[in-house]
Amino acid sequence: MYEKHLMICGATGCISSGSRSVEQALVKELENHGIRDRYRLVMGGCPGFCEVGPILVIYPDEVFYCHLTPKDMVELVEKHLVGGEIVERLLYKGPDVAVPVRFYDSIPFYAKQKFNVLHNSGIIDPESIDEYIMRGGYRAFTRALTIDSLTICEEVKESGLRGRGGAGFSTGQKWEFTNKAPGPKKYVVCNADEGDPGAFMDRSILEGDPHAILEGMLICGRAIGSNEGYIYCRAEYPLAIKRLKIAISQALEYGLLGENILGYGFNFKINIKEGAGAFVCGEETALLASIEGKRGIPRPRPPFPAQSGLFGKPTTINNVETLANIPLIVREGGAAEFAQIGTAGSKGTKVFALAGKIRNTGLCEVPMGITFREIIYDVGGGIKGGREFKAVQAGGPSGGCIPTELLDLPIDYDSLNKAGAIMGSGGLVVMDESTCMVDLARYFLSFTQKESCGKCTPCREGTMRMLEILNRITGGFGNPEDLDTLDSLAHSIKDSSLCGLGQTCPNPVLSTIRYFRHEYEEHIEEKYCRAGVCKALFSYKIDQERCTGCRACVKACPVDAITGEKKEPHEIDQGRCTHCGSCIEKCRQDCILITRVGREADVSN
Amino acid sequence: MNTDAEATAINQEIDLHQVDSIIEPYIGRKEMIIPVLQKLQEHFGYLPRQTMEQVSYRMHIPLSRIYGVATFYAQFKMRPRGRNIIRVCKGTACHIQGSPKIAERIEENLAIQNGETTTDLRFTLEEVACIGACALAPVIMINDNPHGRLTADKIKDILASYK
Ligand SMILES: Cc1cc2nc3c(=O)[nH]c(=O)nc-3n(C[C@H](O)[C@H](O)[C@H](O)COP(=O)(O)O)c2cc1C
Ligand code: FES
Repeated sequence: MYEKHLMICGATGCISSGSRSVEQALVKELENHGIRDRYRLVMGGCPGFCEVGPILVIYPDEVFYCHLTPKDMVELVEKHLVGGEIVERLLYKGPDVAVPVRFYDSIPFYAKQKFNVLHNSGIIDPESIDEYIMRGGYRAFTRALTIDSLTICEEVKESGLRGRGGAGFSTGQKWEFTNKAPGPKKYVVCNADEGDPGAFMDRSILEGDPHAILEGMLICGRAIGSNEGYIYCRAEYPLAIKRLKIAISQALEYGLLGENILGYGFNFKINIKEGAGAFVCGEETALLASIEGKRGIPRPRPPFPAQSGLFGKPTTINNVETLANIPLIVREGGAAEFAQIGTAGSKGTKVFALAGKIRNTGLCEVPMGITFREIIYDVGGGIKGGREFKAVQAGGPSGGCIPTELLDLPIDYDSLNKAGAIMGSGGLVVMDESTCMVDLARYFLSFTQKESCGKCTPCREGTMRMLEILNRITGGFGNPEDLDTLDSLAHSIKDSSLCGLGQTCPNPVLSTIRYFRHEYEEHIEEKYCRAGVCKALFSYKIDQERCTGCRACVKACPVDAITGEKKEPHEIDQGRCTHCGSCIEKCRQDCILITRVGREADVSN
Repeated sequence: MNTDAEATAINQEIDLHQVDSIIEPYIGRKEMIIPVLQKLQEHFGYLPRQTMEQVSYRMHIPLSRIYGVATFYAQFKMRPRGRNIIRVCKGTACHIQGSPKIAERIEENLAIQNGETTTDLRFTLEEVACIGACALAPVIMINDNPHGRLTADKIKDILASYK
């Protein structure tokens, strides 16, 4: 028996903040005290709050330490572990709390969250099947073995669960279609390709609770009458793949995978396929082609995978988060409990990845129906550096932006669609006044243009044409008629593309035009980018009154365009300036202004 | 450009026995072509032409199809790569927090563009969409090490620490 469990976050976010060296220092310190074997140390899943990493949570005390450095381990071991006293200095402190907070659940970031899918993440050792079972794992699957397959589909339907991978189709219905499709051989496929750049929920679930995915797939296998599953995971997620492999071998050893599982005559096998870096492979028919060893090119539907999927056999394909919800639904009374959370049309919780110009970046799980305002201000703690909120991008390159006017929109599939965005996978990238919305649209389109597989003409050629126009506008050569051309191209591409990639990729352009038309017009008519992003459309100018002459910008400038003596206001040589922005990063007085090219400072900015 | 690196590649002796032993377990399973290419690339660092020819010969798949698959996926490289792989995140969170500036600075420092390798084979520069550490944007990965919360002025020191 261990006295305490020490959980250090071992997910990518915390690792880049230095959690590996914190762990090494902790081990060394424990060894110095000769107490290493009294503690169970786990480099575990992600507690979500990447912003304050590296994070260490001590159980059963439930004390949450953050912003750790290797040096802190001396004090932490001596005071907390040996002395039994909390190290106040290392607790969570933020502008949103009056005093340092000791526990997880009293940190404002966690207060509005509801843990369903993430209920194990950061709590159990993801490499231990025993800990998963101890928290109720595989109980839903054993129940599923004893009930009729159509009853399982019915329960999933009743729960109201809709796919978390994008389109939001009823999961129970999808299962029922595959169940009823004729033929002895069927497949379960888990879509772990997470292509949205700026989203990492699926990765966290895979890394933090891999057995939940296996259990979800097993239950699906039972419900549709399949004995083989594939997990298609991005190769960029090596840790997730490693943990899945460990989980599969443990499940095999425990007889939860393999032949005649638990004596019920049910067989199931799971294969892992690594993706090879193509966004379009997240699309279900392209993904299936890729598993078959072909170029990942989508094909028209129907036939839907439920009729003819992998190797031509009926196939159910579900997203990671969708499958992670399944064990909670199929347990006794789970469906009704699940349906109590959320709104009429969107049940349960949703995991979002909060990133961008927001204070509390990380992962959060919230009930459907929560508003953007609550997520951004209560969970997310508002905008970084006290700046002004501009918009939040929901749904990545297939989604749209939500401006200030819509902050009180409840988050569910239908309201998002109405606003021109989509639920997508759940990436939320928050933008402030320093983000240029035209550049953002150009960015997404350059992404989808590169990722277009080239099979259908509207997507292949249309995205290229749209990108050319956007490049022209951000380069300072926009024409007044460009907006109409963009609009008509966008609608043609949406209407005539073969797969979801083309059908959704104009969304970022349409939604930025819808809500930020004035920015486009400023770029086109006044040749001005107020955010200071489009290099040809602004110049930097030093506010002569505010500049204290600290020379920080002079030193930062890589092209020596800034001159000035100490304690004298500095000047920028416009001929030399490359608009790289290094000076703004270093200026402590906020005195570098963004101005129209060749004009006086625009004081309103 | 890559002339030196390419010359090395062409002169490199490919051990076909090695290639065969990688292909062996997959013979007769044409759907496994992507894993085979992944294993070959893991071994050689990229996909030398001879390895693809060998796959074609041993697995009875037309070379054109293998080349078609290999060029479709961003993961597969047709050119030798450097000892250190720099992956600059071009995901959304990184983009709006200044990854273009970071990429520019790296390109200036190493005098190479996205997808290229330095002539001394020390660095290869690649752009990727989202490393999954969006909370620490902008992020780059060098080999397996993520470097987060970057500013352009940190680039020089970070690059210097990889030989
Ligand atoms: C271009 C494109 C990319 C997609 N990427 C993903 C992805 O990364 N992950 C995912 O789960 N679904 C993705 N989807 C949605 C899938 O096609 C499919 O709808 C989903 O996997 C179904 O699972 P669900 O019903 O559980 O949501 C993508 C769709 C399109 C059109
Ligand atoms: S956008 Fe760069 S790590 Fe996700």
